[in-house]
Amino acid sequence: MKLDDEEQDILAGKAGPIPQQALKHQIKVGDFFGARDFVPVTQAHIMADTESRGEAGVQWLEGLASNTDGQRRVRIPTITDPRGTDFAKADWLGQTSAMLDLERRTIVAFEKLGVAMTNTCINYQTILPPTRNEHTAFGDTGVVIYANSVCGARSNFEGGPSALSAGLTGRTPRYGFHLPDLRCGTLRICVDHTPTSLNGWGALGGVIGRLAGNYWAVPVIEGIEGAPRSDQLKHFGASMASFGSIALYHIVGLTPEAARLSDVAASDLPAHRVTRTDVEALQKSYHTDDTVDVVVFSAPQLSLYELGDLATLCDGRKFSVPMLAVTSPQVKPDSDRMGYTARIEAAGGNVLSGMCFYQSYAREISEARGWKRLATNSAKLVNILGGYGYRPMLASMEACVDAAVTGKLERT
Amino acid sequence: MSAKIMFKARHAMGPIVRGSALVANDGFSARYDLVLDTAKGGVATAWMLYEMKSRGIVPLALVLNSVNPILAQGAALGDVALLAGFDEDITAAVPDGADVEVNPAEGWLRVS
Repeated sequence: MKLDDEEQDILAGKAGPIPQQALKHQIKVGDFFGARDFVPVTQAHIMADTESRGEAGVQWLEGLASNTDGQRRVRIPTITDPRGTDFAKADWLGQTSAMLDLERRTIVAFEKLGVAMTNTCINYQTILPPTRNEHTAFGDTGVVIYANSVCGARSNFEGGPSALSAGLTGRTPRYGFHLPDLRCGTLRICVDHTPTSLNGWGALGGVIGRLAGNYWAVPVIEGIEGAPRSDQLKHFGASMASFGSIALYHIVGLTPEAARLSDVAASDLPAHRVTRTDVEALQKSYHTDDTVDVVVFSAPQLSLYELGDLATLCDGRKFSVPMLAVTSPQVKPDSDRMGYTARIEAAGGNVLSGMCFYQSYAREISEARGWKRLATNSAKLVNILGGYGYRPMLASMEACVDAAVTGKLERT
Repeated sequence: MSAKIMFKARHAMGPIVRGSALVANDGFSARYDLVLDTAKGGVATAWMLYEMKSRGIVPLALVLNSVNPILAQGAALGDVALLAGFDEDITAAVPDGADVEVNPAEGWLRVS
């Protein structure tokens, strides 16, 4: 990679060993993808849960944070994805002291490095949405696909070590979706109906993700009617990214780079038709039982509006099975203040903050609490949790709340 | 499967290794499962390969038809050999259980 004077100084260790190590890591990745140089980035977002990092990753982080030579703190605003627990609810979740110790050690290390512990995967709704053409280094696939597609920002999937490196150096290798040519569509998707529910949007994203199938694919979607809300596109993108490892899509006439089809797509792109039947089939494929052990709203964390809708559905109800609603530390105080938390918890639900269900030792929670059959309105969550030993079922928010009351999930 | 024994990769990193190939025409994510047509899913693999290496359970090398940034970032942190981008479907070209040598410095995989 071609390095400018500052990068050569960092590589030579003139800024200290931590930025030097970070830049070396970035050069390895950049060389792998044939990046010609670095691009400055304005924000970084780090996947921060200890389940994926483990003891080895925490020790690696502590090693960085204990080094006081030269520059130790990040150069640009650098924030975190959900951590692995809500400390206030950890006992109820069946999480162990060993898990919480890892979490506490991680927080100390990140803070020494100057990282802000925002613990959120909806930073584009709550912290600072990126602007069009802004280069960022975002972790969390749902964040990247929303930032790229809806905001028109430029980011690759940046895993924890790479997002932290970007925070420490203020740059990232210029490859993938930092390059205009790779942001053009690679396949056309014609949809014949526009979902209304969040689970419907998630299911549509899942179908398209499966069709597209790999990180470098960029679906160009036609046929969406009206103007989807942020929460709908949140579930749509998060699911597409989960099912297909997709980081960017365009919706013709809606997303900022695709005012017209010809802006992002050649005329001879392969085209696929996605029907209401396809979307319903994906949802039904996850409806494998009628009984539920737990209901979870998470992945991505809920916005204030989602919590408001949930609170309304909870009014006057009494749950017979546990119900979890997971949000960000930024939204939770407003939910408390607006009375949404109290209304959800009056029905027997639990509002958790700063974690995300699948990133929080979901397998161990399942074993500790005996939860297997799980109902959710998140298509992303059902795609992931099968790998954790759950039998996840996808349904509307309304049907999930009904299931929390009766213990039965009505077939839709 | 083919008679060819040497396969050039367009993308490569990591140490030279030899081992037995575990071949599957599936996606890879350390959060979900092991072994490889392409990378799938989210960002957890970037941390998990390092954790797996510390436990001595990481694959000697990852060889894929296509790769996403997360696998490359995880391999860079964990110093795991990684090859991607072949002229043929590598999951069809290499027999399951074959002894293979992976040389990222020269960008090739050879079936012994």
